[in-house]
Amino acid sequence: MSELTKLTMAEAREGLKAKRFTAVELTKAHLAAVGAARGLNAFVTETPDLALERAKLSDAKLAKGEAGPLEGLPIGMKDLFCTEGVRSTACSRILENFVPTYESTVSGKLKDAGAVVLGKTALDEFAMGSSNETSAFGPVTNPWKRKSDPSVKLVPGGSSGGSAAAVSARLVMGATGTDTGGSIRQPASFCGLVGLKPTYGRCSRWGIVAFASSLDQAGPMTRTVRDAAIMLGSMVGYDPKDSTSANVAVPNFEAALTGDIRGMKVGIPKEYRPDGLSAEISKLWADGIGMLKDAGATPVEISLPHTKYALPTYYIVAPAECSSNLARYDGVRYGKRVEGKTLDEMYAKSRAAGFGKEVRRRILIGTYVLSAGYYDAYYIKAQKVRRLIADDFAKAFETVDVILTPTAPSAAFGQGETDDNPITMWLNDIFTIPTSLAGLPGLSVPTGLSADGLPLGLQLIGRPFDEETVLKVAEVMERAAGFTAVPAGI
Amino acid sequence: MSLDKATVKNIANLARLEVREDELDHLAGELSNILQFVEQLAEVNTDGVAPMTSVAHMELPRRRDEVTDGNYPERVLANAPERIDGFFVVPKVVE
Repeated sequence: MSELTKLTMAEAREGLKAKRFTAVELTKAHLAAVGAARGLNAFVTETPDLALERAKLSDAKLAKGEAGPLEGLPIGMKDLFCTEGVRSTACSRILENFVPTYESTVSGKLKDAGAVVLGKTALDEFAMGSSNETSAFGPVTNPWKRKSDPSVKLVPGGSSGGSAAAVSARLVMGATGTDTGGSIRQPASFCGLVGLKPTYGRCSRWGIVAFASSLDQAGPMTRTVRDAAIMLGSMVGYDPKDSTSANVAVPNFEAALTGDIRGMKVGIPKEYRPDGLSAEISKLWADGIGMLKDAGATPVEISLPHTKYALPTYYIVAPAECSSNLARYDGVRYGKRVEGKTLDEMYAKSRAAGFGKEVRRRILIGTYVLSAGYYDAYYIKAQKVRRLIADDFAKAFETVDVILTPTAPSAAFGQGETDDNPITMWLNDIFTIPTSLAGLPGLSVPTGLSADGLPLGLQLIGRPFDEETVLKVAEVMERAAGFTAVPAGI
Repeated sequence: MSLDKATVKNIANLARLEVREDELDHLAGELSNILQFVEQLAEVNTDGVAPMTSVAHMELPRRRDEVTDGNYPERVLANAPERIDGFFVVPKVVE
């Protein structure tokens, strides 16, 4: 483990500027770490040659004083972002040989900012999952271990599990995630990271393999709040190629980290305390409220009455959009093809061979709720309840500046530990899905460890396009929590 | 709603997904469970609530109807499983 891989993005940025090391040295140190940690299965595709080439370019730019905001910083790219000339699989058999001829807007922006991409990180197939176990390329292992039994392989969470494992194991300084119902925040909580899902529309969706288009949003996964602010700044911005991209001003997110939250009102929703909530998570949450009080903020109990309907709403809306989006995989223009006697037979065989179990399940549910006779009863109904959920938040934000909740109902669990009922797995996202349905920014910040030594995170939710407040409060909590634990071996 | 095998077969056909006969029972049970779970929405009063199609509070942006992209058939066809003379190839569709 090299000292260089322990640096935060902010520290590495200063080190490069002060010429204490070069971008090539920084990249080589991280590539060595990637090579030594293949057992985690965090990367689907490694791109060391490209990375070294980019690092050399970064050194040239640094020497000329033309460095971008992320110049020379090694990152991982979730394999849901299309990257020109580099295989982009969505961790599905159906795209296992797909090499895009174009670059997604967000990955392009990160490269323009000088980031050095070390490779494509693993995810649940098409970002559908909460444990990274639905990937067609095998599960990813969380670098954190249970104190009671270090031999158990834990999941990193999902869907952005490869990114979370890679950042946590110090293979990269930060990584991209995408979040549809919690896919950035839950793995961040499981791996002791900061994960930010921005406001819907903040980051362009263009070139990101689509899952549920009214929910999908890209965001940063990093080891500190400051790094999240730095990375976010190079991911956002209006993009005419995405019709839902928001044409709003891009603030300097890092400048929002003033440490001053005096007088701020923090909403504590009573519906996020379900009967079965573990004592450990309850305590984590209470401790978090205490940190904010100590910093001069005022906790306010609020009610988000439709919270319990968020999960069923999501599992109508998301599969419906998934079934429409995934109709494009037909074995004709790209992707896996299995020959059939007729065109329809070819479609059906290609899709059966290409999609895994969870994806197939969601396509079938989505097709059903959109089918004639059921569309109003399921899909329209869900869209109506979605509005009520969003209205709950809008009403709460009339009186509070930010909302604090747990990120996930538990710490990371073991691979293969969940039962066969898909709904058990879906319950992982019970605290993150409402935010997604309302399109609001949500961030997970690590604030404590479970009794078994595993990281736990709290979620901060903000007003639309107010990532600044979310980041500001998160940084205060990060400082108060003093979360310095690292996975074994780091 | 409880789904029977015939309904699952029909949905699979609509979704153009080949499903083996011996998987239908299991799938019918699994999908029925999920539907029962989401059906709790029925208890929510949504009278007079407009369906939310997007959380983005914006009008759909418009632009001039003109060609802004294209002219690179090689890139478009680069990932085609089968191609001939600049065309995608599919099984015969006209008898």
